[in-house]
Amino acid sequence: MRAFSELFTNIDQTASTNEKIDALVSYFATADEQDAIWCVALLSGRAPRRTVKTSELWEWSGELSGLPVWLQAESYHIVGDLAETISLLLPSHHTNHDYSLHQIIHDLIDLKGKDDAERKKYITHMWQQFNKQELFVFNKFITGGFRMGVSDKIIIKALAKHYNIDENIVAHRLSGGWEARGNTLNALLSNEDGTTDISRPYPFYLAYPLETAPEELGDVSEWQIERKYDGIRGQIIIRNNTLFVWSRGEDLMTEKFVEFHNLVNMLPDGIVIDGEILPMKDGIYLPFHVMQTRIGRKNVTKKTLQDAPLVMVCYDILEHDGVDVRHLSMQERRAILENVINDARSRNNNLPLLLSPVLECNTWQEVTEERTRSRDNHCEGLMLKKKDSEYKTGRRRGDWWKWKVDPLSIDGVMLYAQRGHGRRADLYTDFTFAVWDGDELVPFCKAYSGLTDKEMLQVDAWIKKNTLDKFGPVRSVTPTLVFEIGFEGINPSPRHKSGVALRFPRILRWRQDKTAKEANTKADLMELLNIYGIGKSE
Amino acid sequence: MVTFDNCGIYCAQAGIYIDPWKPVDKAIITHAHSDHAHAGMGTYIAHEHAIPVMRFRLGADIRAQSLAYDEMITINGVKISLHPAGHIWGSSQVRLEYKGEIWVVSGDYKLRHDGISTPFEPVKCHSFITESTFGLPIYNFPPIEEVHGDINDWWTKNKEEGKNSIIAAYSLGKAQRVLTHLDTSIGNIYTHGAVDNINKIYIDTIGTLPHTQRIDSSVNRKEIKGAMIIAPPSALDTPWMRTLQPYKLGICSGWMQLRGTRRRRGADRGFVLSDHADWDQLNTAVKETGAERIYVTHGYKSIYAKWLSTNYGLDATEVETLYTGESEDNNTDTQTKLAQDNESIQ
Repeated sequence: MRAFSELFTNIDQTASTNEKIDALVSYFATADEQDAIWCVALLSGRAPRRTVKTSELWEWSGELSGLPVWLQAESYHIVGDLAETISLLLPSHHTNHDYSLHQIIHDLIDLKGKDDAERKKYITHMWQQFNKQELFVFNKFITGGFRMGVSDKIIIKALAKHYNIDENIVAHRLSGGWEARGNTLNALLSNEDGTTDISRPYPFYLAYPLETAPEELGDVSEWQIERKYDGIRGQIIIRNNTLFVWSRGEDLMTEKFVEFHNLVNMLPDGIVIDGEILPMKDGIYLPFHVMQTRIGRKNVTKKTLQDAPLVMVCYDILEHDGVDVRHLSMQERRAILENVINDARSRNNNLPLLLSPVLECNTWQEVTEERTRSRDNHCEGLMLKKKDSEYKTGRRRGDWWKWKVDPLSIDGVMLYAQRGHGRRADLYTDFTFAVWDGDELVPFCKAYSGLTDKEMLQVDAWIKKNTLDKFGPVRSVTPTLVFEIGFEGINPSPRHKSGVALRFPRILRWRQDKTAKEANTKADLMELLNIYGIGKSE
Repeated sequence: MVTFDNCGIYCAQAGIYIDPWKPVDKAIITHAHSDHAHAGMGTYIAHEHAIPVMRFRLGADIRAQSLAYDEMITINGVKISLHPAGHIWGSSQVRLEYKGEIWVVSGDYKLRHDGISTPFEPVKCHSFITESTFGLPIYNFPPIEEVHGDINDWWTKNKEEGKNSIIAAYSLGKAQRVLTHLDTSIGNIYTHGAVDNINKIYIDTIGTLPHTQRIDSSVNRKEIKGAMIIAPPSALDTPWMRTLQPYKLGICSGWMQLRGTRRRRGADRGFVLSDHADWDQLNTAVKETGAERIYVTHGYKSIYAKWLSTNYGLDATEVETLYTGESEDNNTDTQTKLAQDNESIQ
């Protein structure tokens, strides 16, 4: 635990990728095998499920610190992180005994079956074994969300360096679901653990937003142009006649996608397809919120299947006949993909797979025009893929670009402000915005990103001087400041006062040139809803 | 006996303000930081070690009366004396006594010994005015020696990597305090001009500091290698600082206790080192005065006042002052960002 806690500190104290990699490499060099694999599991978002409730943590830490509930709550509002708050409130200890990382994690997992008294005994005992830093790390194990500024890329690089294995292989072996308990990195990386092998997805190749004029990409004929769909990126895997569906977040979602269950009988074995999962009815894509409600459901009913049947729009093939084909060119992979899909379709009319159409453009001008038609197709923009590109891992520049349409936008008045979290804790950075409905301001969205650091401080200071009322961490402010809010989509929502829900709202800019009176109205929102908000089928 | 008005903390019987923020006839100044020592007062009364800095910052021609700690003067029947506050060198608590009633205005203070300020002394009183900059139980500062050790280790490591170490520390108080505890065997120490100015005053009036060199136009930047550089936070992100590359930046402040603040400030290292009292120190100080009425100023005012009344049964009230530069309660946070180079607010 001490070594892991130090690793955490070292990583937390640097912004340099190389220093983070070095810190990891030196941790792997000395760490116990089981600790090392848990380290990778934790850093890559594979922390075990929570076995202790937040309310229990507050109660038990209150007993140890002797602080009243209201003071703990005030502290939390300032710190903005549960694990950190509790570690700061508890008295710290210095013991010489070092607990092993994997033992702690296993103990935490095993709390699941224990009764309240045993769980409390374990947690409060452990709280008295650690110094402040270790306490924080331990609390992070409990509360989950273990983010410490280490991307998958950094872990992959560090492991590749330590084990002297190619990065792509490491990336592949690390993806998907694997068990850390009883496993070792050696076994996982040399593919000897065998347990989850057939379900293992490939790391997704992700595109950066296009930063230049498309003309600068060279000859348009070297590029494959496709639409960028607004669904869930996923991989369909069929190996050993078993189907696996992975989302980009590397969640195994096979069970949720009933529509795909028959694919084992429709597609050849040993295949991995990359595409976008979308709801589609009568040949028309449905907007994203239909998908959202579908994904949120625990049980997929007959009605949801009828209302929002899913398809995958396929755009790449990563494995064919059991062979990794990622090194082939986009063009070659596309040919294989077309063969596979067309062949399957010829035998199955109701194949839930479609090919992502390649847009025929002869000039960049035509590409630009296609982009403007994105919203008509319920798409977010275009994907530009170099025809000779191989399928890489992670987010890379150069061969693939996403070229999204400009966001929709509306000017809203700030009504409420709330403290942020993490880096922005103790600053008012989360805002609720409203539009005019006659003389009344109706809240229509919350947004928290988009301001520069300097603007954030200015707005924060303004909020503190213009507070009307306070409710816990939230303040209402005099409706004065106007912000331009950008968003990707707009949908009807009975749950919101304004009647709409925005997709990916964020602050485009602070309209210091506008007074509150000049902000947009609810009628303006409704107009956007009418133009963009309703699925083509309706 | 003591009231709060729009100029500052006022003792009507003596006709004197303490740390006023608007020009008044007579002002007692607890310490020379700019949010407590404003320009334009008719006469200043302060500790003898505070006055040279005030003359440097407010003008050589200010009318000032200096007092030693425990030295008593009487104005219109009010006995007035200064007592060590331990905040920075020359910082004082102000004790006012009239017809047996005693008030103490503590200004900014800390209980821990920093090695250069005269250590804080508790003063018995009936009414105590306290700051609350770190008036939340999340602020429990690590032992000072541990932080000094961390700073020296960090310097050593940076030097081995061929980098300079820049410490951002307020030029009055924090800078001298950090300097005193540096291990001079590690390497050379340089200072920003603003720090050097105050160092000179310290050396003239109080005592020695480790040898440092001011970075001015005569210094060849290429010769600054693996060195420690003490600079005020206002020097961050300036062309001056860029000439010192490659460097690592460390910030010394109580706010560094929070991970979010540490990361937001963009420092390579945050050292939890403060000239203010943390939670335990505040509680100790309040209890040791024996006071029953507590007035809580700048910091987490409302929270800390509520704690004092509910936990200790004291008559605690929050008071608006301009020491925070903002009128809202329970927010010391703007200081972290806006008041660039002074943890104790501009």
